[in-house]
Amino acid sequence: MKKLFALAIISAFSLCSAGADTITLNSSGATFPAPIYGRWFAEYNKLHPDVRINYQSVGSGQGIKSFTDGLTDFGASDAAMADDEIAKVKDGGVVLLPMTAGSIVLSYNLPGITASVQLPRDVYPAIFLGEIKRWNDPKIVAANPGLTLPDLPITVAYRADGSGTTYNFTNHLAAISPEFKTKVGSGKSVKWPVGVGGKGNEGVASQIKGTPGTIGYVEYGYAQQIKLPMATLQNQAGKFVAPTPDSGSTALSLVALPDNLRAFVTDPAGDGSYPIVTFTWWLCHTQYDAKTKPGVADAIKALAGWCLTDGQKLAPELGYLPLPANVVAKVQAAVGQIK
Amino acid sequence: MQTATASSPAAKTQFIGNKRAQQSRAFDTAFSWATFIASWGTVVLLLWIAVQVGYAALPAVQKYGLGFIIGTQWDPVNDQYGALPLIYGTLVSSALALLMSTPLGVAIAIFLTEDYLPLKLRSVLKFLVELLAAIPSVIYGLWGIYVVIPITTPMGNWLNEHAGWIPLFSTPSSGPGFLPAAFVLAIMILPTIAALSASALRTTPMALKEGAAALGATRWDVILQISLPIAASGIFGAAVLGLGRAMGETMALAMLVGNNNQISASLFAPANTIASLLANSFGEATGLEVAALMYLSFILMMLTLGINAIAELILERTGATVRHL
Repeated sequence: MKKLFALAIISAFSLCSAGADTITLNSSGATFPAPIYGRWFAEYNKLHPDVRINYQSVGSGQGIKSFTDGLTDFGASDAAMADDEIAKVKDGGVVLLPMTAGSIVLSYNLPGITASVQLPRDVYPAIFLGEIKRWNDPKIVAANPGLTLPDLPITVAYRADGSGTTYNFTNHLAAISPEFKTKVGSGKSVKWPVGVGGKGNEGVASQIKGTPGTIGYVEYGYAQQIKLPMATLQNQAGKFVAPTPDSGSTALSLVALPDNLRAFVTDPAGDGSYPIVTFTWWLCHTQYDAKTKPGVADAIKALAGWCLTDGQKLAPELGYLPLPANVVAKVQAAVGQIK
Repeated sequence: MQTATASSPAAKTQFIGNKRAQQSRAFDTAFSWATFIASWGTVVLLLWIAVQVGYAALPAVQKYGLGFIIGTQWDPVNDQYGALPLIYGTLVSSALALLMSTPLGVAIAIFLTEDYLPLKLRSVLKFLVELLAAIPSVIYGLWGIYVVIPITTPMGNWLNEHAGWIPLFSTPSSGPGFLPAAFVLAIMILPTIAALSASALRTTPMALKEGAAALGATRWDVILQISLPIAASGIFGAAVLGLGRAMGETMALAMLVGNNNQISASLFAPANTIASLLANSFGEATGLEVAALMYLSFILMMLTLGINAIAELILERTGATVRHL
């Protein structure tokens, strides 16, 4: 049923735009990069009016499903694609392309505190495990000598809906805290021991704004846009780093990307690296059938090429991290494999 | 006889009558078939949905069996699924809503069926109450976040501080939770309860009310001893129908209930309901989680079907009682 419905929508879209030489690319997937993709595709369409790209932000899981079922020309996912998922895709292989990246920040509501709160590596996993319960806990106080932390209970806010943000955040927590790994683990939705769930970034943000003492994880771009305070986190090197586009890009540039370009930056090294960063991927076929989908392969290659160069310049203003040059070079090589 | 009447007016009428009868018989048959198909189509549709949901739930049913209903963990990471906190959350939030909504709804119904106000004003009031049902549930959710939660949170914290030994107040409020969710739900089901209770109250025969008044009963006596007892089972049916509506409510609850799959006696603790979990989780669910969610849908469907069936039975019986009088 869902498949039929999606097909109906997609074909309705393609009918609308079926001009003489127009190529329509259909895609769907992750919600996290949807704002930048929307901007990219609109800008690209201005430059190349013969190429139209439809993107539906239905979530990474649904994006993978639609791509696997052949309903879309390319998919998008915050968790790339697992090997068993790739195996299900018919006609040839899959190319995973990291296209943009983002940071996940810890935002909070502490009345009267204007400076960024510093949270050590052993503290923030414990907060999300429900073990550190109050803001004036000695461990938090010790890390923030200049601040008078209030005697408030900590309320944890998390994403109630399945999301790539939760996937990447829990991956990070599981990487730095063995206890978190055994008690909670990582996934698109997990069993949080404490706290309140909100739907989407906006649900978590409204929880943070509404209840003093709340801490929650949201995407950097979103927190920046609505001006939520963001915590400064201690990275692998032991340094406290605030979330900025620079500290995020630094973390990404130190990642050794494997050949399939699927790397989860769960705990980046480097003094200046912000600790919670993530790539987000496009899922493309290695080979597009020239008969049934004429021009699609070339259109995708040209689009990806533009997004990796000019498109990256749009990233900072939308709250995303521009890909470091070494990553761009590798992704461009991968784009070349598409036929 | 036949030849003699061939051109008589009577025969003519009969001829036209025959033709009309034939036409209308064909129309009748077609119409009755159409209604037959439409009504049975609904039944088939319902069964089809049930079968489809049940079929999709099969992997989870096979793996967890009936233990699913009493399991208390919902852990997609380890594929451990149990529905008890969700069933509990659904029933408790709906029951709380009902507890708040029924007295208010019945009061509204009494006010609307007695002649306290001129008829014109009453119809305006009735219209306004019914208008509550037309507000989209996401608007109720927003209203809950921006208006109800800022009121219930300090209230909850105060009660927790001063009466925390009572299990109902055993946790501080962290914003969303049972109380704000149930309060908003109560307002959402108010039109259902008020409208159906009013129709039940309207079935009170005028003769009885007038008779009682003639015997010296005050209006208070008439309402309490004539109208309400006669309408009682109708009002009960209205409440049960409201309960069924409350259990299926999704969007407002997803925004207000806190989405935490735990069982807590506290009114201020975050909880979760079946409908809210379904709405939140389907987008990114894969594999066994989908089957577990389908199993949950099936349970919710059975719960609401059961409750609606009970309400219908009760309402039908009220009709019967009134007809006997």
